[in-house]
Amino acid sequence: VNADDLDCDAIVIGSGPAGATVADVLTAAGWSVIVLEKGRNHLLDLEPPYGPLGHFSNDEVKCVQRHFLGPDPITEPRTYRRTVDDGDRLMTGHVNALPTTVGGGGVHADAKLPRFREEDFLLRAALGPVDGADVVDWPLTYAELEPYYAEAEKAVGVAGEETNPFAAWRSGPFPMPPGADMYGATLSMAAAENLGLHPYRAPSGVNSVEYDGRPACVNCGFCGWYGCPIEAKGDPVALLRRVLRTGRGEIRPESHVVEITLDRSGRYATGVRYLDRDRNEHEVRATHVVLAAGAFETPRLLLRQNLANSSDQVGRNLMYHFQTLTVGAFPFRVHGIRGRSVTGAHDDHIVGDEAQRKAAVAAGLPWIRGGLVEHGGAGQPVQEALVYGPGAHHGAAMRDSSLRERLWVFTMQGEDLAQPSNRIDLDPAVRDAWGYPAGRVTYEPHPHELVMSDHAAPILESVLREAGAEWTITSTSPPRGADIDLTPLGMAPASYHIMGTCRMGADAATSVVDPTGRTWDVENLLVADSSVFATSAGYNPTLTIMALAARAAHLLAGEPLPPTTAYR
Amino acid sequence: VLRTSGFAIRLSSFELRSLAVRSVGKAAQPPGEAAPEMTAGSAKPDPRSGSNRAQLWLTDGEHQTLRAVMDRLIPGDEWGPGAGGAGGADYVDLLLGAFSFQPPRIWAGGPFSGRHGGEPGFDRWLDLGPVEELAWRIRIEGTQGDPARTFNGEVTGWQERYRAVFAALGADLADQPADIQDDRIAGLADEDRILVYTHACEAHYGDPTYGGNREGAGWRAISFDGDVLPRGWTDEEVSGP
Repeated sequence: VNADDLDCDAIVIGSGPAGATVADVLTAAGWSVIVLEKGRNHLLDLEPPYGPLGHFSNDEVKCVQRHFLGPDPITEPRTYRRTVDDGDRLMTGHVNALPTTVGGGGVHADAKLPRFREEDFLLRAALGPVDGADVVDWPLTYAELEPYYAEAEKAVGVAGEETNPFAAWRSGPFPMPPGADMYGATLSMAAAENLGLHPYRAPSGVNSVEYDGRPACVNCGFCGWYGCPIEAKGDPVALLRRVLRTGRGEIRPESHVVEITLDRSGRYATGVRYLDRDRNEHEVRATHVVLAAGAFETPRLLLRQNLANSSDQVGRNLMYHFQTLTVGAFPFRVHGIRGRSVTGAHDDHIVGDEAQRKAAVAAGLPWIRGGLVEHGGAGQPVQEALVYGPGAHHGAAMRDSSLRERLWVFTMQGEDLAQPSNRIDLDPAVRDAWGYPAGRVTYEPHPHELVMSDHAAPILESVLREAGAEWTITSTSPPRGADIDLTPLGMAPASYHIMGTCRMGADAATSVVDPTGRTWDVENLLVADSSVFATSAGYNPTLTIMALAARAAHLLAGEPLPPTTAYR
Repeated sequence: VLRTSGFAIRLSSFELRSLAVRSVGKAAQPPGEAAPEMTAGSAKPDPRSGSNRAQLWLTDGEHQTLRAVMDRLIPGDEWGPGAGGAGGADYVDLLLGAFSFQPPRIWAGGPFSGRHGGEPGFDRWLDLGPVEELAWRIRIEGTQGDPARTFNGEVTGWQERYRAVFAALGADLADQPADIQDDRIAGLADEDRILVYTHACEAHYGDPTYGGNREGAGWRAISFDGDVLPRGWTDEEVSGP
């Protein structure tokens, strides 16, 4: 390709935390970048001074019931089955539908941004294999990633405190102190501490003070599933605004990439073809193409072309977090609608103790690892009302509000072990509105996840009772046991933490991308999103997504960050 | 990282419902007390949610029927009107007739309602992109054999489903005693009863901009403040009992 024919240095597919980070680093390094985003733009004006559009609002009908952030399950359905024994699919519709919008998953997340720990990158070396799972080490270490974690925290603004005894080392303090504790968190954190756990204030990409020209959060309570109307959440608006300000970055919303174009050798990407909002076709050409469409859409696009798949690993090793959801109803109002949705956390079930080791052995497993437990509030009233059902009891139940105003929620983001049979592939019949095959999930948990959940649940329930809950109950996502026959929409894993479908490794035979994020098969095609995760760890993935994307982009630009050391 | 409690509620809704309903009566605010005032900012009735909205898609008779049905699903009491009395039929009428407007009345604007300060922006309705319009036309109008809509086969739209619901309920439903109304509602297909109940919940507990929850009546009955921006909550209100 002649340089004169190029539209830009790099095309980035997807504008979520991964794509925004790549675009930010590359434009800062002097590269020209075009970001192609399938969804609408509600995030920021694409003309100077790139201010907010004012589209986001605390509106449950719009944001939760009416698919405002996309994707709409009618035009972009996905399908789900547990195993091949379920036939072609068990359900069609809303499956792990991370927002399809400028800003991607960053827009709707309540922005819990923890780092992984050192051990998470060396799981097989540290703990050994598990039968039936494909436990591997990452081809990089925490130390190699630390400079990029620090850069990502500064870029979006993370508020936190260094009181978690299990946290990995840091090269500097959090950019901001933590924000106000939710009332329920003050109760559950005190109770957790009474029972020997180690709660801490959850690191959040939500401003506790004015930061980078964006205001402090005012605790409105509409975090998860809502874009932030006042831009107190930095991910990824801070990154995308900076991209635009360089004058070297362009964001093209409603641009649906349909093909990665290749030269005759098939080993070199020349650009992409995409459809605009009116379905007119365009082609753009660049020296590099970066896939950042998320761990669901990235493998879907590659599988349509059977690209970068000589290892047969594209779409495989799909990991979620196995969520253990323990709720407690209090005899008084904990008003979980006020504040940042989740303000406390504890990591004890990741690290484990003697009882956890015994539980593993008793179940015939060498080890089990849980995940970060979020201490958070309940949702808004439409969702609550749907649970109570119609009739004479309805009004009293809503006023009593045991499922909203009096509910406090623990969510354990349990580590999910990779299994090659858990995968995303192309549904044989269901199509999207453009006529392309829908992505299909085949997923069932490994016994590791179930044993860990069973071990953690009574502990979590005892903490909530210690905090004052009058009743507690635990469910999981995906559901299990008697819950499996609940509504089809509840069958698929509800976690939007999707990982592993283009795993990173040191061996081209068993991985899709190399340790720098380049696909083994197409040298100038990179994957920058959570597809590359080798393990899921028990931590919310977004900050690690950004750190990996930043590292890949810095290495691509030939400007790696210098190594770091612990600052204290 | 997400609205986890929503997931919890959905995933074991049967168990949770029975627990929650059993625990009614242990309320922090027992019935009989005066309905509490909204606590954040200066809550004012919303003039946009008046009862004189032009009827778009429902006939007068259907509107009366739907109002009666919603008042059986979410009944009124001493704390306020039921979902029908608070405009639930207007909510459905505006939804089924959303494409009578440009932009279609699917997504209210932002960033603030104006009820707690700031300029009101919810009535600056947002436009739909072509794919979004396709989704909402399929949802509301159905595929109707249109090749552009049938990429996954035929879909019956909400307009047609509501017409079938009205036929099943009978034109005289609003004039019947409550037990007859309940029997007829119970006789609807599960999926249709769920559709109407879902819309009743959205109407009664969603923003008044969409036509239900007139003057915030649904929220006031449950002491919910709705959109509280730009005021938000102070750190003391967040962290204290």
